[in-house]
Amino acid sequence: MSAVLELRRVSKVYGSGPSEVQALRSVDLTVKAGELVAIMGPSGSGKSTLLTIAGTLEDASSGEVLITGAPVSTLSKNERASLRRRSIGYVFQDFNLLAGLTALENVTLPMELDGLAGKAARAAGIEALRRFDLADKAGRYPDELSGGERQRVAIARAIAGDRRLLLADEPTGALDSVNGEAVMRLVRAACRDGVAGVIVTHDAQLASWADRIVFIRDGRIVDQTAPPPGPESLLTPGATA
Amino acid sequence: MSVRHALLALLSDGPKYGLQLRQEFEAKTGEVWPLNVGQVYTTLQRLERDGLVESDDAETDGPQKGFRITAAGHGELMGWLRTPGGDDAPPRDELVIKVLVAMTVPGVDVAELLQVHRRHLLQTMQRYTRLKESAAEDDLGLALVADAEIFRLEAVVRWLDAADVRLKRFPPAPAAAPAAPAPEAERRAEPAARRPRRTLGVRS
Repeated sequence: MSAVLELRRVSKVYGSGPSEVQALRSVDLTVKAGELVAIMGPSGSGKSTLLTIAGTLEDASSGEVLITGAPVSTLSKNERASLRRRSIGYVFQDFNLLAGLTALENVTLPMELDGLAGKAARAAGIEALRRFDLADKAGRYPDELSGGERQRVAIARAIAGDRRLLLADEPTGALDSVNGEAVMRLVRAACRDGVAGVIVTHDAQLASWADRIVFIRDGRIVDQTAPPPGPESLLTPGATA
Repeated sequence: MSVRHALLALLSDGPKYGLQLRQEFEAKTGEVWPLNVGQVYTTLQRLERDGLVESDDAETDGPQKGFRITAAGHGELMGWLRTPGGDDAPPRDELVIKVLVAMTVPGVDVAELLQVHRRHLLQTMQRYTRLKESAAEDDLGLALVADAEIFRLEAVVRWLDAADVRLKRFPPAPAAAPAAPAPEAERRAEPAARRPRRTLGVRS
């Protein structure tokens, strides 16, 4: 599988002099198509900075970010904006749906902004909602949806069209564990279909859905999980009479 | 986990054979807790000895021997369901002890030690999550068993995270090099401010 996201020796410094904060320190990270990676770390460890730099919402102070092989630093402002609309989907804890638009309009808006004809965007939007079992909710406004449904619409919006990279910041933070699980099943399904996913979280339960968990501390990647053995390894006798 | 009470529960909706009990037990726990036939029959024999189940025929043993729950068995089952799990007194947690000990051993990077355990726990959580993911969403038995393990492991990870933050805020003083035994007079003297012992009835 090809690399969708590559961070090469990425550092990020905020401020200067005595107020300087080193948010990221020489971070290397590669996420391939079909892979779901969780970035785990305590508050202030740099995980959200990593996500905004990976999503081209912010520039690295040094190092290189490549998305589908293209170095972001060589792209013009417009090219970057286009890359964000076409290739990258964002999911946030608080859903970030536009209250005045229906579920379908929320999903189609980024595609229409990117120049896709209304009809084609609508077809792609309906397809994305259908995949997430939300076709019958297409005409509902966000305040007519449950929390779990709102987050499913946000994920549908994030992967509609031909998005390659899904970036999520605590996507299940506002949901109970069973609804959170339903959302993560959909994220996993999107990754199985070839999307590369990156989730930042401090929630171990959420991180356990990832293929790989990367641990960040003080702006540095300090550890990661080994590829997990299959679930059959759990089926060992453990019962006692 | 109590196989004894699980078997009583399975018998509470009607008489069953030993093999059937084993199959139902595994199906209802999402096959996460395999049970061998020997365990089933040993437990059934003990239940019968205690008057909690009775069998069709005292003469024959083996797969064709049926068992049914007695009134005493039903009472035992109902009592067990309502008995608290004994989580009110803290167990002697090996991981907690390891971290407490690590703070006193020279040369041990406690934050790194916490990470070793965190990684191990998350890898185990990943396996339970895969197990849940690979099963049908309506496989209730498996989902409940996997959830229980995931929540249990998550609680330990949260403890490690909290320990990490506390150690960062209040780093323990470096462990001192082994000291020579104190002189006799000092050993006999009472400490100036001895802290009262705090106990919570720790289980071993």
